[in-house]
Amino acid sequence: MNTFAAQFREQSLRLTRDLRHRLLIQNALGKYETQRDHRKAAFQDWQSARQAAAEIKWEAINHLDVHLQDFVSRIEARGTVVHWASTAAQARDIIIGIVRDSKARSIIKSKAMTSEEIHLNEALEEAGFEVVESDLGEFIVQLRKEAPYHIVFPAMHLTRGDISELFTRELGSAPTQNPEDLTMIARRVLRQKYINADVGLTGANFPIAETGMISITENEGNARLTAALPKVMISLLGIEKVLPRLEDLALFLPLLATAGTGQPLTCYNSLYGGPRRADESDGPEEFHVVLLDNHRTELLADAEQRDALHCIRCGACLNVCPIFRNVGGHTYGTTYSGPIGSVITPHLRGLQDWKHLSYSSSLCGASTETCPVKINLHHHLLQNRRNASRQKPSRIEKFAFRTYAAIVNRPGLYHLVKKAGRVLQKLHPLVRGTRADPAYGWTKTRDLPPIARQTFKEYWKDRNIK
Amino acid sequence: MSEKDQILARVREALTSPAPHPGDAHTNPQPASALPPSNNSRQWLPAVGETFQDRLELFQKNAASLKADFYLVERWEEASGVLGKLRDQEGWQCVGAHKGDLTDAACAALGLPVCRTDHPYDVAALESCDAGITECDALVAQTGSVLVTSRSAGGRALSVLPPHHVVLARREQLLPDLLAAFELLKRKYSDNYPSFISFITGPSRTGDIERVLVLGAHGPKKLSIICF
Amino acid sequence: MVQILERLGHTVECPQDLACCGQPAFNSGYWDESRAIAVNVLSRLKDAEAVVVASGSCGAMLKVFYPELFAKTPHLDAAKSLSARTWEFSDFLVTRLGVSDVGARFPARVTFHDGCHGLRELGIKQPPRVLLSKVRDIQLVEMKEAETCCGFGGAFAAKFPMISTAMGEVKCASAAETGAEYIVSNDSSCLMHLQGLLSRQGKPVKTIHLAEILVRQ
Repeated sequence: MNTFAAQFREQSLRLTRDLRHRLLIQNALGKYETQRDHRKAAFQDWQSARQAAAEIKWEAINHLDVHLQDFVSRIEARGTVVHWASTAAQARDIIIGIVRDSKARSIIKSKAMTSEEIHLNEALEEAGFEVVESDLGEFIVQLRKEAPYHIVFPAMHLTRGDISELFTRELGSAPTQNPEDLTMIARRVLRQKYINADVGLTGANFPIAETGMISITENEGNARLTAALPKVMISLLGIEKVLPRLEDLALFLPLLATAGTGQPLTCYNSLYGGPRRADESDGPEEFHVVLLDNHRTELLADAEQRDALHCIRCGACLNVCPIFRNVGGHTYGTTYSGPIGSVITPHLRGLQDWKHLSYSSSLCGASTETCPVKINLHHHLLQNRRNASRQKPSRIEKFAFRTYAAIVNRPGLYHLVKKAGRVLQKLHPLVRGTRADPAYGWTKTRDLPPIARQTFKEYWKDRNIK
Repeated sequence: MSEKDQILARVREALTSPAPHPGDAHTNPQPASALPPSNNSRQWLPAVGETFQDRLELFQKNAASLKADFYLVERWEEASGVLGKLRDQEGWQCVGAHKGDLTDAACAALGLPVCRTDHPYDVAALESCDAGITECDALVAQTGSVLVTSRSAGGRALSVLPPHHVVLARREQLLPDLLAAFELLKRKYSDNYPSFISFITGPSRTGDIERVLVLGAHGPKKLSIICF
Repeated sequence: MVQILERLGHTVECPQDLACCGQPAFNSGYWDESRAIAVNVLSRLKDAEAVVVASGSCGAMLKVFYPELFAKTPHLDAAKSLSARTWEFSDFLVTRLGVSDVGARFPARVTFHDGCHGLRELGIKQPPRVLLSKVRDIQLVEMKEAETCCGFGGAFAAKFPMISTAMGEVKCASAAETGAEYIVSNDSSCLMHLQGLLSRQGKPVKTIHLAEILVRQ
């Protein structure tokens, strides 16, 4: 078992025993669910909206070269500098280069999961620049020196007490149990950072091909400030995010808000088309867009799983996943957690190293059911399992399943095995619950039902003889 | 070959195998695809009512649940009155504003020092303003949103940096839904888009601490919309 | 299930030479081995007018996953044909036969657990509830987590027992909140997992299959 899989197991064991943590997550997500259901009900036809969104994304992804080029040529026409990065390392180098050239010292950042994916903050800090996360949740986990817990709710695993302690320790503020007071502490600290920052770094939710703009969705206003005050603005985004038309946002913005946070719309949905124009009084003098591949073209080439690139990073699949709810976001040990993370991480970071995330699912299908763009998430987990075992079959498992098939296809043999099973089960109590127990995985926490004294097949045979 | 060419080449190569059409993963892939007409979404998104009055009420209702203050007045004098009351209630000492028919009249009515954002300005000065007063491109009934651009609202920061954002709108600026708003943007700006466009839906907020709603995370804590 | 169907006047055949739908191998990623079993199922059931399955997960395997398993093989048509003729038990009674009252009586307080395959792959939500509503003297209460996965998931239960158990605990707690004496479902694997947990923890709540309730008179 590789270290990532071992880590996952170890963390799962720890977290599933932590009732306090599980309850915290379950309560937070319960609140989200109520709001989400309320918003879904306000739609006249949620299912048709999902289908339309899926079709728009299908078009966007399956003609990605066209839409990407349209987006780039239009945004370039307005003075934006577009950079292309095939790898995470290239993206980091490009951004460090821009920051160096602008003689910047401090960088203010709004939320960008792609920047987590390429480990940008560490690289910038190593290169000697100060990077401050401005989204409250990201600011909090940055102070704690930990990764975001959830792609939309980075600090959902923390109580107000945890955050108060953190702020007292790191910012010297007075302790308080009031979320509003805590938020105001962060607001005060970050205000000066916005005003003094030389570079603003953002992500993007939807680049729009038709008009050459990027759309950023947020609630706090930190992305707007990041895009308004610093002299240089850099936006990092994956190539797969492009939407064809401006008016597609009329569907996607409410969909993202409903599925992501249970809101009709988030507080600010802004479009950025270039640096400040000659007739504008503020805004960055330089605007850079960095387009990231980082294995997305490989996922694109997998036609069966291509729709995983439709993802709008709403986090809805994380919220409904019973695995996520019981092991939490950090257990996954990688940028994208939950069902979408389990599907794409093998493509981003290697199938054999990350296949365990596809196996650690009961395939309940709740994620597929909730996905606003209809990604066939749980089927992709099955496909990852198939691909992993084809690429590197486990000889034991292959042998076991071959034997199983042989027995099942031969009724006489199957009958014998069942008889033997009945006998063995009588001996089972001798080893049950111990390491010698072949069914240890089950019997550690559960009882096993006895094999029936008369199986259905035996009953049927008897009945028909009579 | 440049990085751009390499990436695009990989994209084209990847797309040579067709993907199943959404919603029916088990059936054969369909190669061609026409984008669904965007105005179909009107049938599926939340309803916006038939008449102007319906939509006005919808906007009012949405604004209230967003905790934005909505003042519907008949004449400019009333709007003036609302501004004066806000100034006294909130204790404004200095406001930010841009040039415009409504904003000029508002500044005159308030009689306070104004930080103007029509030309490059001192950010520290704007930061010390108690309110930012702007016009807008539209109000959107479906979502309770205010549509602004850097051209209609005095730049990027005026409507987000000061702790109180005041929007002056005319009744006829009320649009039914987001689709109508995007149509307006295209009509009004099409060859010449401002570099910044934003839909503002309520005062700034966060739920990052135990999912408790807190207003005024980084952007304005208060949003007042005066519509006459 | 056989008794109920025969009471309704149908001829039931139960092939002795079929034991498994091949789902375990399929779910573990060994599709070739799964196909070896599934091919047998396809040929043995090709003449059945309707194939009725007592479990949502096996039903889903035949109805939804066989076409995926046999995609791009010469067996695809046979798989699609079987898919069209396959029914989960409660769905068969209510949707295909239009029967909702099978003359059952079961005086107890029960809560229904929606097995994931039945619910999400086969779209079965109402049929079991329709059938239960006609059972005399029964009291059906819904639990908050009725649609949440119980944590069985096949090999998942043995490969990731701590997560599987945690999920089962959430389910059992939700059932306990309703004060139900029985958790009833149309999927025996879910029930086996939940019963295993409940017995080990010495909880009084029992599990029972939908058919076992419907057959009581």
